[in-house]
Amino acid sequence: MSTTKTKHASSGLVALVTLLASHSALAEWGLNMTQGVTSISRQLYGLHMLVLWICVIIGIGVFGAIFYSIYHHRKSRGAKAAEFHESTTVEVIWTVVPFLILVGVAIPATKTLLYLEDTRDADINIKVTGYQWKWKYDYLDEDISFFSNLAPTSREAISADPTKVENYLLEVDNPIVVPVNKKVRFLITADDVIHAWWIPEFGVKQDAIPGFINDAWAVIEEPGVYRGQCAELCGKDHGYMPIVVEAKSETDYLAWVAEQKATAAADAEAAGKTWSMDELMAKGETVYITSCAACHQANGEGLTGVFPAIKGSPIATEDLPAHLDIILNGKAGTSMQAFGAQLTDTEIAAVITYQRNAWGNNTGEMVQPTEIKAAR
Amino acid sequence: MSEATANGAHHEEHARGISRWLFTTNHKDIGTLYLWFSFVMLLIGGAMAMYIRAELWEPGIQLSDPNFFNQMTTLHGLIMVFGAVMPAFVGLANWQVPMMIGAPDMALPRMNNWSFWILPFAGLLLVSTIFMEGGGPNFGWTMHAPLSTTYAPPSTDFFIFAVHLLGLSSIMGSINIIATILNMRAPGMTLMKMPMFVWSWLITAFLLIAVMPVLAGAVTMMLTDRNFGTSFFDAAGGGDPLLFQHVFWFFGHPEVYIMILPAFGVISQIIPTFARKPLFGYSSMVYATASIAFLSFIVWAHHMYTTGMPVSGELYFMYATVMIAVPTGVKVFNWVATMWKGSMTFETPMLWALGFLVLFTIGGFTGLMLGVAPADFQYHDTYFVVAHFHYVLVSGALFAIIAGVFYWLPKWTGNMYDEKLAKIHFWWAMISFNVLFFPQHFLGLAGMPRRIPDYALQFTEWNVISSIGGFAFGASWLLFLYIIIKTIRGGEKATDEVWEGADGLEWTVPSPAPYHTFNTAPEVK
Repeated sequence: MSTTKTKHASSGLVALVTLLASHSALAEWGLNMTQGVTSISRQLYGLHMLVLWICVIIGIGVFGAIFYSIYHHRKSRGAKAAEFHESTTVEVIWTVVPFLILVGVAIPATKTLLYLEDTRDADINIKVTGYQWKWKYDYLDEDISFFSNLAPTSREAISADPTKVENYLLEVDNPIVVPVNKKVRFLITADDVIHAWWIPEFGVKQDAIPGFINDAWAVIEEPGVYRGQCAELCGKDHGYMPIVVEAKSETDYLAWVAEQKATAAADAEAAGKTWSMDELMAKGETVYITSCAACHQANGEGLTGVFPAIKGSPIATEDLPAHLDIILNGKAGTSMQAFGAQLTDTEIAAVITYQRNAWGNNTGEMVQPTEIKAAR
Repeated sequence: MSEATANGAHHEEHARGISRWLFTTNHKDIGTLYLWFSFVMLLIGGAMAMYIRAELWEPGIQLSDPNFFNQMTTLHGLIMVFGAVMPAFVGLANWQVPMMIGAPDMALPRMNNWSFWILPFAGLLLVSTIFMEGGGPNFGWTMHAPLSTTYAPPSTDFFIFAVHLLGLSSIMGSINIIATILNMRAPGMTLMKMPMFVWSWLITAFLLIAVMPVLAGAVTMMLTDRNFGTSFFDAAGGGDPLLFQHVFWFFGHPEVYIMILPAFGVISQIIPTFARKPLFGYSSMVYATASIAFLSFIVWAHHMYTTGMPVSGELYFMYATVMIAVPTGVKVFNWVATMWKGSMTFETPMLWALGFLVLFTIGGFTGLMLGVAPADFQYHDTYFVVAHFHYVLVSGALFAIIAGVFYWLPKWTGNMYDEKLAKIHFWWAMISFNVLFFPQHFLGLAGMPRRIPDYALQFTEWNVISSIGGFAFGASWLLFLYIIIKTIRGGEKATDEVWEGADGLEWTVPSPAPYHTFNTAPEVK
């Protein structure tokens, strides 16, 4: 970090070259749209290139005429101005020809649009819900449901050194897993503000709008990890809600489904036992960093006038019922969400314990998962 | 001053000092006020852009926090649209429309004074929100609900009031321009003899009157959703977040033509002057401008292809949108045909006009690409869109404003500007502009979303290049300021005609134009 800063301080061309060289291992100099891994994304790429080439050809004509004229019809070369100032023939030509070109573009564009909007006969249905600032995935046929947050490695690097993190800002804690060669339908909505779910390699971008359910589909042809981001400004951490999709073979996918169900059962069992202070604090810190720190900050001090501090607040140091209530039910009319629907009993117990004991809030109080269950 | 006195001694009386500017009803004074106001706003909005480019210099958050970044992108957009570009064109209209149609002043001079003086207060109110508790508006200039209602900072109510004031100013300015053009043309100047700049402003003024109340309606619904318990845009209360986008873009799409049609007008004055050849296809230019204005009302939802509209709606909006390429193409072809077999010289106004012609055409091409609905699923809300609208609004609208300023500056001040410095400024701005915005096409296609304060590592290289272009482009406006001040203070005296190929009534009055012109209407043959 400090070396990078020094380079920036010495401005000028030398700094630029050094900087770019220092990034050379990561240098991508990406120029064009991805062709992606679905039939939709390839069609979108094809349309993009078609229109681009039409524009390039027209551009060569128009710019050619401009520069020819600038060179040859200049006063310093003795050009005398002609008098003509209209010609119905050429005016009709350059109205009709562009119109015909547009019709030529509209035909394939219409076909592609009808194709990508056809979400019928899906094999798998996944509901995608946008929250400030994370995604929730519900496998409608499998009873699997989880939240997907920016990975802690990326969050910790934001104000440190992002260049050391693999897939900076494009990594999540819980990726969604889908099988290849199946028609996966995404049902996209939002809980608070408008978000947009975008995976460039699928050619899928749909706004996630509270009160509406939009849909999109993909048949992924190659196993792999595909990454995207929220595309619609959704508040402070709009830049920090990535999407990661792992496409696996049918067998691997089924194994993953079984594993998810086993984990859910284990979590339910863990919620019954009595946790020690150290266990709760350790888990609580992880939950806090993923679910709370975006607003209330890692140091619990919040942002003045926007997000209140937890450090030293009466709710987090005295009034335990109020603390339980605000975490389970949120606070209407603010960005404080109802985490009762998002976190397990164990996670809520841990994060409340953490908030009541971290940053000098030394209440010494512990909350057990069973108490959360009772409070719901 | 001495020349001006010689030209019309008893007409030159006006108040001195601050009261001249506060109480003035003179179209030239008010034009000057508009132009200076818009330049100040250009610098403020530009400073915000410099912050944005500095934050995007490398991945990670270095300068402030993401919430402040969002305030900067929001206010940068609002200030440039409502504070810089629109007032600059009203300023040009104030100075030029009466002189170009042979009228002594605007039709409604007192309202003219009020239209302007609302602006500084609205601008101040808007900028002051940054310093309020919770910060300024942070939801983008497109202010999509419910981010701009339930989830917005308290200062949003001040922002809404500022938008209402800006709208009032625009509507009054437009009424004035329409009343002036329709009632005060010199004898013999029929509509189809009007200069293209006047035509383009007549059409623009109607657009403004039609859509500013729509924006006022949208922000008023925001206000009542925020404070009076209504649920226009709140799904939980039976409202519809998409209603906001439909209403906003019904204003928003004509708004972009409000910013570009007067630019077409300026360019249509300048190219014939320096090509020494009449504008090619004058009547088709008028009809093309009117067609573009009409089409602008029926294409708004092309900003909303990814919102989940019915497919029939997407098809309709795609067909209507790409149709705009036809009249826009006609305009570009006509300008090229005007230059063709002309006798061209390349003074600064012509350089800016040519810069406009080439770069606006590039912005038009990307506009066509964005209009193709399925492809827009990949382009939408990425830096490709950012690149597109800066090519049409900076190298489109702003370049035309600067072209107009250099074109008419000798008439306004009576002095020629420093041609050498002005050319240096042009090339500096032209090159840095492209370094700034061309790479943003690549960033968008490679998948960088817009309005993010931080980005994945693969976007670093082009962002560095773009930031370097940004700082250079920003700095170029300080040179521009120096050139303008130098010209006001002195310089080679301008002739009445100023340009060898100039044609029109404004070139028949002395330079500098006396305080009152055309007290006796000229005869137009």
